[in-house]
Amino acid sequence: MAKVQAIPKEKKPKKRQTLGMRILTILFSIISVFYVLPVFIVLMNSFKTNAGISSEPFSFPNAETFYGFKSYITGMFFGNFPFYKTILCSLFITVGGVFLILLCTSMCAWYLSRSNSIICKIIYYFCIFSMVVPFQMVMFTLSKTADTLNLTTPWGILIIYLGFGAGLAVFMFTGFVKSIPIEIEEAADVDGAGPMRTFFGVVLPIMKPTVISVGILETMWIWNDYLLPYLILDKGKYKTIPIHIQYLNGSYGHTDTSAIMALIVLSIVPIIIFYFSCQKYIIEGVVAGAVKG
Amino acid sequence: MFRKPKRKLYSLIFVLPTFAAFVIGFIYPFFSGVYLSFCKFRTTSNAKFIGFDNYIKAFQNEGFIRSFWFTALFVIVSVVLINLIAFFVAYALTLGIRGSNVFRTVFFMPNLIGGIILGYIWQLIFNGILKNYGTNLALNANYGFWGLVILMCWQQAGYMMIIYIAGFQSVPGDLYEAAKIDGANKHQLLRNVTIPMMMPSITICTFLTLTNSFKLFDQNLALTGGAPGVVSEGGTMVYQTQMMALNIYRTFYENANSRGVGQAEAVIFFIIVVVIALAQLAFTRKREVQQ
Repeated sequence: MAKVQAIPKEKKPKKRQTLGMRILTILFSIISVFYVLPVFIVLMNSFKTNAGISSEPFSFPNAETFYGFKSYITGMFFGNFPFYKTILCSLFITVGGVFLILLCTSMCAWYLSRSNSIICKIIYYFCIFSMVVPFQMVMFTLSKTADTLNLTTPWGILIIYLGFGAGLAVFMFTGFVKSIPIEIEEAADVDGAGPMRTFFGVVLPIMKPTVISVGILETMWIWNDYLLPYLILDKGKYKTIPIHIQYLNGSYGHTDTSAIMALIVLSIVPIIIFYFSCQKYIIEGVVAGAVKG
Repeated sequence: MFRKPKRKLYSLIFVLPTFAAFVIGFIYPFFSGVYLSFCKFRTTSNAKFIGFDNYIKAFQNEGFIRSFWFTALFVIVSVVLINLIAFFVAYALTLGIRGSNVFRTVFFMPNLIGGIILGYIWQLIFNGILKNYGTNLALNANYGFWGLVILMCWQQAGYMMIIYIAGFQSVPGDLYEAAKIDGANKHQLLRNVTIPMMMPSITICTFLTLTNSFKLFDQNLALTGGAPGVVSEGGTMVYQTQMMALNIYRTFYENANSRGVGQAEAVIFFIIVVVIALAQLAFTRKREVQQ
């Protein structure tokens, strides 16, 4: 989209901290505490009884309101659809969907940008177009199409995700492929590598940074997506985490708040751990994605 | 690269999987959606062409009009706030203060949590605070509005901050030195060097916040679900804190007879998003300078 160059960060010599900078550090430290506070409040509440949560949501559990891990146990095996199944379902859809998107769209993008046919151009512009279209525009017809084609299982939804996620991925991959000198591929061709071998042996390894950033953006999207799987999956049999939490909150007669808190904790703790362990790649991936997108 | 004889075969291998999924997942649903907006239907098989009736009904739908103004106001407030906050936080974090990386990591974190979950987390917090005043989020549309704004700032400011930081780091240092030699003060540096050089990042961030806020659905559904609902003079329920996406969804699935209207609303929504996105791109693009 626009030209900003993400310059790799150099190790700067430590600057002398002036008074103003010290004040800023203190200020940001306080803001940071407020930033993580909501997550902490949920964690705290997950150990309280329902009455404890509604009477004093911001205090630590005390002798009266302490509920221990009971809410986790009820939450985990609650009703006819236990939460561990939901986690597995979400995990399968996210991993499968991202893998499929990365594999198929990178191949497609390479072909599209190395071929000059008019059809390829049209496909490419449709991909860009699809990025701005709001989901509400296609939700009804998409869910009907999925029904007709029997794509209402976790396997089937992968195809929908490939189709709906293709826009952004193709766009980012084509942008990168255009910056790869074609001579490299011609050299591989002269050495007798066919297109398959050229792609998997030469092009794909060069595309690694883009693969990471597309992978991260698509993971964040699919893992947190609510409406698409809600409309497409056969909800009696499969649920993803957002669907499960919305279901417990919404249509259920009496809401078990402490169980919901426990489930929220269970669903965000893995992400936060994952984030803090590879935050460098995630942040760089997001920057690269935004700069190209 | 692709020699003639086998060209067809390779185009099949490379392009077909994505293209087929793209047709199923986007192209076919999009065009049949446009067609259905001119039809009366309950399912796709019994659609009957009726022309512009759905569009006329959509503009008469009080809930839809209300959701349009609510969305417009929300978009303006949140785009301005998120970008201002993100810009200045990014500026402060590139000064070289201690702990910048930690702050950056913490501020970005909420982006990894899904909209539905964020909505419930903040619902708990806001209701916990409002309880002390004997009220709650579902009783007053103002609370719902500002709640949504706070939630979005909390979530999106970190993301935009990351992009602005990359922008600040890409401004060449010699530009500042040259300006300083010419006698520019701090204010002039910011106005005449930093902001013009930051225009590409500003373009991206306003584009992202604009489209994200416009299409907002999950957070809206989980935080207030549109409450409070007020029965209007015409006898229909008008949700006060409902954004366009949620309104369209409800028109569709809560009354099977108004599906045509829902689809027409979706088309209008789509046109608004595209027009605003293009206008914004054209507007900020003009202000970008070549490096």
